[in-house]
Amino acid sequence: MVELILGKFNYLIAIALAMIGFYAMIAKSNLIKKIIGMNIFQTAVFLFYISIGKVHGGTAPIVWDKAVLYDNPLPHVLILTAIVVSVSTTAVAFALIIRIQKAFGTIEEDKIIEIKRNGYKGDME
Amino acid sequence: MSIITSNFPVLLVITPLIVAVCIPLLGRINKRIPPVAAVVSTAFTLMVSIILLSTALDSGPISYWLGNWAPPWGIEYVVDTLSGFVLVVVAFMALMVALYTPGTIRDEVPNDKETTFYSLYMLLVAGLLGIVITGDVFNMYVFIEISSLAGYALIASGKKREALTASFNYLILGTVGATFFIIGVGLLYMVTGTLNMADLASRLPEIYDSKVVLTAFAFFSVGLSLKLALFPLHIWLPKVYTNAPSAVSSLMAATGTKVAAYALIRITLSVFDVEFSRSVDFGSILLVLSCAAIIAGSVLAISQTNIKMMLAYSSVGQVGYIVLGLALLNETALTGSLIHILNHALMKGALFMVVGIIVFRTGVEEISGLRGLGRCMPFTMAAFTIASLSMIGVPLTVGFISKWYLAVGAVEAGMWYVVPVILVSSVLTAVYFWRIVEGIYFGKAANVTLKGPTGLLVPTMIVAALCVVFGVAASVPVSVARLAASALLGGGGM
Repeated sequence: MVELILGKFNYLIAIALAMIGFYAMIAKSNLIKKIIGMNIFQTAVFLFYISIGKVHGGTAPIVWDKAVLYDNPLPHVLILTAIVVSVSTTAVAFALIIRIQKAFGTIEEDKIIEIKRNGYKGDME
Repeated sequence: MSIITSNFPVLLVITPLIVAVCIPLLGRINKRIPPVAAVVSTAFTLMVSIILLSTALDSGPISYWLGNWAPPWGIEYVVDTLSGFVLVVVAFMALMVALYTPGTIRDEVPNDKETTFYSLYMLLVAGLLGIVITGDVFNMYVFIEISSLAGYALIASGKKREALTASFNYLILGTVGATFFIIGVGLLYMVTGTLNMADLASRLPEIYDSKVVLTAFAFFSVGLSLKLALFPLHIWLPKVYTNAPSAVSSLMAATGTKVAAYALIRITLSVFDVEFSRSVDFGSILLVLSCAAIIAGSVLAISQTNIKMMLAYSSVGQVGYIVLGLALLNETALTGSLIHILNHALMKGALFMVVGIIVFRTGVEEISGLRGLGRCMPFTMAAFTIASLSMIGVPLTVGFISKWYLAVGAVEAGMWYVVPVILVSSVLTAVYFWRIVEGIYFGKAANVTLKGPTGLLVPTMIVAALCVVFGVAASVPVSVARLAASALLGGGGM
């Protein structure tokens, strides 16, 4: 049991993080908290990728004369791309939230649904 | 000239990308340039994709190495029959909608945002074409995100405030879908050490009994099902199509879900193979879901009063048809599925374009408000009628062709009970379209004031006319789809 936890520590943390993030995306009604959840979820994936790239006994993939083994740099590169994507998604989401706040006066999902149900059908701004 | 032709595969993606960047600058010089630039560049991509498809048909799949790095280390672009076919569909609809956009966005998008709209539009097109042409799974993820991000912004660019929440919901679910996809990519990389599709396809069979591969397959399927709005993961779709500007819903309904369906077919049949999909009983899961989608989509469409909402729910049902062909996993059904990618793009594209015209010229969005419009807008309504008949699946229209192939494929697979599902759904489709068509021609005309130009009609009429052209001369697209289907089922298609 201990061996399982220590041996797969990174993966277990990644799974736990993914579940926490997923929960926040589904269960929280505050839109900002949803985005925080989304970021935690994506971070779990980053951790997962970085863990794949680790070679036992390897050093950082920078040319160094004392190094015997290097970690696999490809997952690092991949995840840099995914981080960029994640940042842009977050930026778009925040921009949307700002406009939702302007249009509905709230960023609580249940209140927005209530406003939509009772409110007028019209143009915003 | 040869340096251009030999680089066609990458130009297909790069041209819209470069135009997307240039459009804001050009828009500063003169606001009339961006629409022209969008039309010219999409016309160029259509020409290139037709050339690529015909080359692929004549002399086999084209493999293009980006930066001349040999795969599996470098990124590879692949144009085979399947991807060439979908490329032509996407590029064609992108051109038609680009022709249609300038007329409608004047009303739907704030004036100072029009230039940005075209820029995002080109980004969306670049992303969609990229998903189709790439032969590298991680590259596919990047293009999925490019098209999605552009899509979120385009949906929210309308004036309706409901569009904002619809876009936000789509963003959350779309990100979950794309992140699932990237987890699948990571798992496959973990066990194979490669990202190239053809290389994956050759390495995976040895380790098909590994749980990691199975998990990766599950992540791919669920993630892409979210993107293609397979029932019951369709919740984001209706509100997006209803509230987005007409041009955006036309393009997304015509190509967005189709490209996701292409990605699902590519991953499940090219990266993994048919044997694997059969061994994990992928087909029966998809069969249940797609039949549920077909019936539920039609039933939900009947109960709508907003015409855009009705079309959106009908899209959910139509996505079911595309997935049904994949679920049956035989050549005839898969041909039906692929041909439905083209057919549904034409039909739904035409319908959303017509509805955009109606909303633009009369301001009516409710079904009851369409009564008697047949006399005021004869050509628009003719296009609507043709596309509706096609949706129902009347012979001599494209809808009939795809339903025919799917039904025959179901019988061939020994699953005769799928045929009643197709028939019932056609009847239901007839119900919700016929009440509109009847109202249009036989209803008492309400007092509507028409405004705006009729120039929007040209692209709409072309798309609607093609619904009949490809219904009569079906052999051309069907033969291409059949080639693609047999390549997919005969040990990968790459």
